[in-house]
Amino acid sequence: MNDILKAIVGPELAGDVVNIIIILLKTAAVIAVGLLHVAFATYFERKVMAHMQVRLGPREVGPLGLFQPFADGIKLFFKEDIIPQNADKPLFYLAPVIFFASALTSLSVLPFFDGFVVGNINIGLLFLFAMSSLGAYGIVLSGWSSNSKYAFLGGLRSASQVISYEISMGLSLVGVMMMAGSFNLSDIVRAQNHYPLGIFAVPQFLGFFVFVVAAFAETNRLPFDLPEAESELVAGYFTEYSGFRFAMFFLGEYTGMLVMSSIAALCFLGGWALPAFVTANLPGFLAKALGLFCFLIKVYAFMFLYYWVRSTLPRYRYDQLMAIGWKLLIPLALGNIVITGLAKMWFKGLL
Amino acid sequence: MLPKLFFGYFAVAITALSLLVVTRRNPVHSVMWMLLMFFNLASMYLFLNAEFIAAIQVIVYAGAILVLFLFVVLLLNLREELQTNRFIRAWPAGLVIALALLASIFFSISSFVPGISGRYTNDYVQKETFTKVLGQVLYTEYLFPFEIASVILLISIIGAIVLAKKRTRS
Repeated sequence: MNDILKAIVGPELAGDVVNIIIILLKTAAVIAVGLLHVAFATYFERKVMAHMQVRLGPREVGPLGLFQPFADGIKLFFKEDIIPQNADKPLFYLAPVIFFASALTSLSVLPFFDGFVVGNINIGLLFLFAMSSLGAYGIVLSGWSSNSKYAFLGGLRSASQVISYEISMGLSLVGVMMMAGSFNLSDIVRAQNHYPLGIFAVPQFLGFFVFVVAAFAETNRLPFDLPEAESELVAGYFTEYSGFRFAMFFLGEYTGMLVMSSIAALCFLGGWALPAFVTANLPGFLAKALGLFCFLIKVYAFMFLYYWVRSTLPRYRYDQLMAIGWKLLIPLALGNIVITGLAKMWFKGLL
Repeated sequence: MLPKLFFGYFAVAITALSLLVVTRRNPVHSVMWMLLMFFNLASMYLFLNAEFIAAIQVIVYAGAILVLFLFVVLLLNLREELQTNRFIRAWPAGLVIALALLASIFFSISSFVPGISGRYTNDYVQKETFTKVLGQVLYTEYLFPFEIASVILLISIIGAIVLAKKRTRS
């Protein structure tokens, strides 16, 4: 394999070409597994909510209804694609692509187990913030370009909501960055091992609370799903979308939820890390598999929290949403930064 | 060779996108070209090993400020906006001044001499990571200017609140 490559592109470039092929394979694996998770996240949601409401949920397609996501996907693929007459066509086409692409790109900096990450960059967390702020464009543009008042109102609501809650989400993670001393997600996971409890959720409980609330608002989920409030706005910003374009919004939303759950698992719940006495006697690949299993359990637990909250709480009013964001979460997150800084100085003996 | 190629691409792309921003009739399309321009600018920072500035460029400018632009632009009456002239009447004068500036930069660039490199060389920054070096410089050597800048920002925030505050009848 290596010799053939060297013959084709020359000995200097062979190493680069191999690296690029490995990165492409990793990307394909992450997208495929990620989208499978998204598909089954919808099934998981319907089952969990059904049982919480004393129903059975999907059970017709395949054993236990397990093929329901595929049936939904096939249906969405073959639906007619309707575009409103006065829509701004280029932006109408572009909006779902921006939304979906920004959600999928976020997957590239998440370390799923020790050493497996597509792009191991120094500014992993900042990259995630940047991508989540890009997602807001998809929402605003879809609302505006549809040329429909429901979609427009949904888009405006969503934009103001996402901008407000992005601030508190960013600030809630500053405490984690200070304790870990890095933006790199792998380093943050490793740093948690140096602290007594092994997870940041305990010393950073304020930050964790702010992050969880902001994560619900960022992904437009209940109790903060005002942008798509069915009883007022039909379906919010994607009212005019149908067929596969609608599916892209749908997939983007669930990918966003998975990304938020992964951030929570990596930054607050210890990610893939296991205590040293567990991994010490295991062969390398088994330790990694166990780490991946740990990480996924945490992600699924956080996803379950999303569904649990959705079937428990009613929707907030819009002014309440803004008041929670600006008057409760941001002061809490700022206070958390000050407390973390003082505690760090105290432990270092500077105070 | 490769760095020059990259720089050439970014220089051309940023200039072309900026031109697209000011020449579009539809203000929402202008904002979208500007978004693309900001991403190219962020890539330029990445290319200069300044990954923190690149991320902040996207988060602050593309993620917050431009969304607020979009907010204002969305509320314009598009039908009226599409009929008004794109430029004010004095645009040829502006063009002449811009071209003169370009020409003077072009002719003065031959006398450019790079200064002696200081403590923060490329290798040093790469080894220590850009974010750490920037933080250390900003909070030690340049602490005073940094604080002044934040006070100026605070004053402008207070000004905005005072302007937007509802007058209470006393």
